Amino acid sequence: MSLTTQDVQKIARLARLAMDDTEIAAARAQLSGIFELIAEMQAVDTSGIEPMSHAQELSQRLRQDVVTEPNQREAFQAIAPQVEGGLYLVPQVIE
Amino acid sequence: MLNLSLQQQGDALRAKKISSVELTRLYLDRIATHNPVLNAYVTVEANKSLAQARAADAMLANGSAQALTGIPIAQKDIFCAHGWRTTCGSKMLDNFIAPYDAHVISQFNAAGAVNLGKTNMDEFAMGSSNETSYFGPVRNPWDIKAVPGGSSGGAASAVAARLCAAATGTDTGGSIRQPAALCGITGIKPTYGTVSRYGMIAFASSLDQAGPMARSAEDCALMLNVMTGHDPRDSTSLVRDKEDYMRELNKPLAGLRIGLPREFFAEGLSQDVAACVQAAVAEYQKLGATVVDISLPNAKLAVPVYYVLAPAEASSNLSRFDGVRYGYRAPDYTDLTDMYEKTRAQGFGAEVKRRIMIGTYVLSHGYYDAYYLQAQKIRRLIAQDFVEAFKQCDVIMGPTSPSTAFNLGEKGDDPVQMYLSDIYTIAVNLAGLPGMSIPCGTGANALPVGLQIIGDYFKEAQMLGVAHQYQLATDWHSRAPQGL
Repeated sequence: MSLTTQDVQKIARLARLAMDDTEIAAARAQLSGIFELIAEMQAVDTSGIEPMSHAQELSQRLRQDVVTEPNQREAFQAIAPQVEGGLYLVPQVIE
Repeated sequence: MLNLSLQQQGDALRAKKISSVELTRLYLDRIATHNPVLNAYVTVEANKSLAQARAADAMLANGSAQALTGIPIAQKDIFCAHGWRTTCGSKMLDNFIAPYDAHVISQFNAAGAVNLGKTNMDEFAMGSSNETSYFGPVRNPWDIKAVPGGSSGGAASAVAARLCAAATGTDTGGSIRQPAALCGITGIKPTYGTVSRYGMIAFASSLDQAGPMARSAEDCALMLNVMTGHDPRDSTSLVRDKEDYMRELNKPLAGLRIGLPREFFAEGLSQDVAACVQAAVAEYQKLGATVVDISLPNAKLAVPVYYVLAPAEASSNLSRFDGVRYGYRAPDYTDLTDMYEKTRAQGFGAEVKRRIMIGTYVLSHGYYDAYYLQAQKIRRLIAQDFVEAFKQCDVIMGPTSPSTAFNLGEKGDDPVQMYLSDIYTIAVNLAGLPGMSIPCGTGANALPVGLQIIGDYFKEAQMLGVAHQYQLATDWHSRAPQGL
């Protein structure tokens, strides 16, 4: 299987990865090789087989809805790229 | 002291023949000498390690010491350790000081072990050679031109070079077993759900599992005793009674049925590795085991299935690295989307980006059924093959890796060739079974060869016994690289 340049640009956009034309071209060649490997799966008849999502098929455990963690806002914000007044700063989103 | 088992080191500490501070200094000095070449450690903080060693000496003095109290353990840099830089081999987390301990780290802390430092690894555990690390490749102590394997390459190199008493690793598709094989050490990936993933930076959550890497099966058993146990903070951590993984070490092998999967000895396996594995199986027969021919007909599909499922899970897990709450943020950007895209483009390396893109694609609209769902269905077929196989045998054996350690740069430009390094290990993760690698000889260029042992679910104690009996009869595991 071969991906088009547009396919790779779309994947990069969905994955939030800035890529220039050279990187897109390189990714296209390598991803196409990987999808050739993956294509071996397509020949297998899997009708009637239940998908396996997990090695231990247990139902999700529930816990009491109570607070278990202490507030560590300062410790967590100390390692953030940009904070002010206890808030995480990002570029303006709403005009 | 460097070649003593963990139990013997513990005995020496408890008998006051050496203090934990002295033992820790011994390893720190060796790291200072050899790490500039091997690059096995990303972060060493002597003051932190020595403070833990002093606390361990106090426990040893007041009689509250446990099996691993005072023993210096290298921690893979995928485990968050409070106050320690935790990078996961990535520029994205170059500046990340973990604000809490992973469950594995708190287990070692509670046992009084010393954190000797954080070991180098492939970026976000994605790689089979340790060449994808932002902090440069690790070198194999048996031949510094060769790779140590990956992703736990720093751990394997450090154990082989005696730069720690033992180490932790993680294994998503072979990342404990393949580097263990390439560096001539012993490593075990336990049954999925046995060791808590809390605080272990996620790659592919349905496959990731931590385990020990050490110089022998006996050492691995002692480490596993500390690492395992239920943790409510990991929703997939299993609720099971605490086990003693040492309990079957001395069990004789008479009557053991070893399954040899035809598919593991077919095309693609190098001659030198095949010869060592066959010699190991012959040794097992001498020790009383019998051999059964088995088949894992879908095992050949493990690599393609893995390269759908693992990237799919990774693309979701790694979406958290957005430059907002922690880690790297690009210095210049125009708006929020631009900040995300530049942060991730600059913070992630080529292999990580490649896998995020594979995952993004297979989960995207219109392709989900053809890729993701089909891979999950074949995952079940692969797991069922093992269920059938274990009706005929107690353990499965084969090669861990198709070749001995390859040279740095040898597979650099071809991701598919690199992915095939894990052809024998990946199926085990897909099924969630325990798997281990033990040294069983040397191949081309006198580089180590690993024997893979796969057990049924929760049979780690049996596997460790099977490995230990071999290690009593042979000395491959106690050989060390020259010049160190």
